[in-house]
Amino acid sequence: MQKFIKHKGKAVAIFQPNIDTDQILPKQFLKRIDKTGFGNFLFYDWRFDENGNPNPEFILNQERYKDASILIAGKNFGSGSSREHAPWALFDYGFRAILAPSFGEIFYNNSFNVGLLLVTLPEGIIKTLVEKTETLEHYELEIDLQTKQISDDFGFNESFEIDEFKREKLLKGLDDISFILQFQDQISEYESKRPLWMPKVL
Amino acid sequence: MRTLYDKIWDSHVVYQEEGKPTIIYIDLHLIHEVTTPQAFDGLRKSNRKVRRPDLTIGTMDHSVPTKNIFSPIKDYFADLQIKTFRKNCEEFGVKFFDIGTENQGIVHVFAPEIGLTQPGMTIVCGDSHTSTHGAFGALAFGIGTSEVEQVLATQCLLQKKSKNLLIKISGKLGFGITAKDLILYIIGRIGTDGANGYVIEYAGDAIKNLSMEGRMTVCNMSIEAGARAGLIAPDEVTFDYLKDKPFAPKGELWEKAIDYWQTLKSDDDSAFDKIFELEADKIEPQVTWGTTPAMVISVNDEIPDPSTAKNELEQQAFQRALEYMGLEPARKITEISINYAFIGSCTNARIEDLREAAKVVKGYKVHPKVKAIVVPGSETVKRQAESEGLAKIFTEAGFEWRHSGCSMCIAMNDDYLQPGERCASTSNRNFEGRQGRGSRTHLASPAMVAAAAIAGHFVDIRNWKFKD
Ligand code: SF4
Repeated sequence: MQKFIKHKGKAVAIFQPNIDTDQILPKQFLKRIDKTGFGNFLFYDWRFDENGNPNPEFILNQERYKDASILIAGKNFGSGSSREHAPWALFDYGFRAILAPSFGEIFYNNSFNVGLLLVTLPEGIIKTLVEKTETLEHYELEIDLQTKQISDDFGFNESFEIDEFKREKLLKGLDDISFILQFQDQISEYESKRPLWMPKVL
Repeated sequence: MRTLYDKIWDSHVVYQEEGKPTIIYIDLHLIHEVTTPQAFDGLRKSNRKVRRPDLTIGTMDHSVPTKNIFSPIKDYFADLQIKTFRKNCEEFGVKFFDIGTENQGIVHVFAPEIGLTQPGMTIVCGDSHTSTHGAFGALAFGIGTSEVEQVLATQCLLQKKSKNLLIKISGKLGFGITAKDLILYIIGRIGTDGANGYVIEYAGDAIKNLSMEGRMTVCNMSIEAGARAGLIAPDEVTFDYLKDKPFAPKGELWEKAIDYWQTLKSDDDSAFDKIFELEADKIEPQVTWGTTPAMVISVNDEIPDPSTAKNELEQQAFQRALEYMGLEPARKITEISINYAFIGSCTNARIEDLREAAKVVKGYKVHPKVKAIVVPGSETVKRQAESEGLAKIFTEAGFEWRHSGCSMCIAMNDDYLQPGERCASTSNRNFEGRQGRGSRTHLASPAMVAAAAIAGHFVDIRNWKFKD
């Protein structure tokens, strides 16, 4: 997994509440068996019309937000399904961090497993940032995971909270399997005590 | 004093290090074609095996054609995904139910049906509606593909414990009011993020009086309120359902299991982080009007005005939903014509759901402007419905009778709506584009959808003239 230590990049806002995983990656693209290439289909039904031509109205298609790598979103971003295809698409498109007042829970966990940093910030702060992306051309934010600070070049500076384990994981680019595998003995020990009535399929 | 959730959690802790997430053991891992190929790839790349193939089982459901289940899949990617799943299961020694075989079906329908879902277990699947299995008092939740790989490799999962939310429903559901109306009503009240960070335990008389199938419908949609999982304490209804199911314990083990299962309930005076109480008697048939399951009203209500929304953001979301749905405020739900009716999905395609819908349909014809399909939740449900004569009732009325699969719940196969088409659906999500680009979905109970298919618009099921 790619590490996340510090990132500076252009910010773009899609500030609607409850954007679900079906919007982030419409399900017609769930049939692929790889992890890559999903960026082309991110927000597909909003980004493209019925004939596959870019919709000029949609914010990610606007020149000034080209190459944005930080997404600012509304509350409950990523609600809905558990499919990791949504974070894969965001990451593959080029997003490295998402800031929102709250996130869908499974989506939140999945994103960290993909190397995306999700930051929960109070709605008031999010609104301020949304306005900045709208009024300032090529507005950039810097996110430092070591110091847990978000800042811009205009004096904005805010610290954020994040689960320590998740932070470590991103800083070092670790995956959870290696962590769990350190406890093989405990797993075997647990297995030896499982009740006999529990079903086995083989 | 421990809640049901605390008890199941405690009994699955493999290792807990201060300040770290907990390693919990997973008793059953359900897998399907959509969320596993990348996980198996991961295993291959790191040279790992499936730790417990005996606790892992697969089915094919999302991309399966339901019209003619044995027809070749035209979509290149869907076909590749199905073939990859087959190959992966064979390579890693995992049992799976192939397309059209006896037990194949939607992942959350087939497992309870053969008795694999039992009280006190931990169950995961790369699918958010895994919450369904909580109806048995099992801790069951959806996971992402990285986590699928984790469970395949270690049979464990790194988890942080959620908070406890008790939803207590007293009283009795009125005539014609089903588990689906109940859960839609709850989501309408608490919102799509109302249970974010929580595991919900449903309790109260109205829950006790539900069948296992009704309980599954309720738990199924817990995720639509943002919950990690839904739980219902097991009782006689649960035990009766499980008895003699193929994978249920037998003989002495059954007795032992029952003794244990009876301890699986929240202790009196357990501390819940949040409690939400409501009365079942007040609930009327529910129909969604918007693009989240929380945008729901009673069948006789009018579509709300965006100005009644809590704040400016919600107002915009309301407005957007109305535009997408092609509706305007103050319109009555019963005045909305539909052109499609879908009876299916892991929410409402079990045998009881089909019985309820068939009762409504019997003796009637589907409205000439409506296309209606029934997609049983599993091949077992399909066979049973055929032997009970339900299939005949549906086909005589003009419904298409299909093979099992997710079908129009997610529209990943050939079953999808054209832009602007409006569907009465027994599924769980009315998101933009869920049933096809530009599709308009109204969620309701099987009986309500069946009645809408016949009338051509929604009607209050409580006034239905049943022909016997
Ligand atoms: S029926 Fe619908 S909700 Fe259920 S598993 Fe299939 S796609 Fe998901």
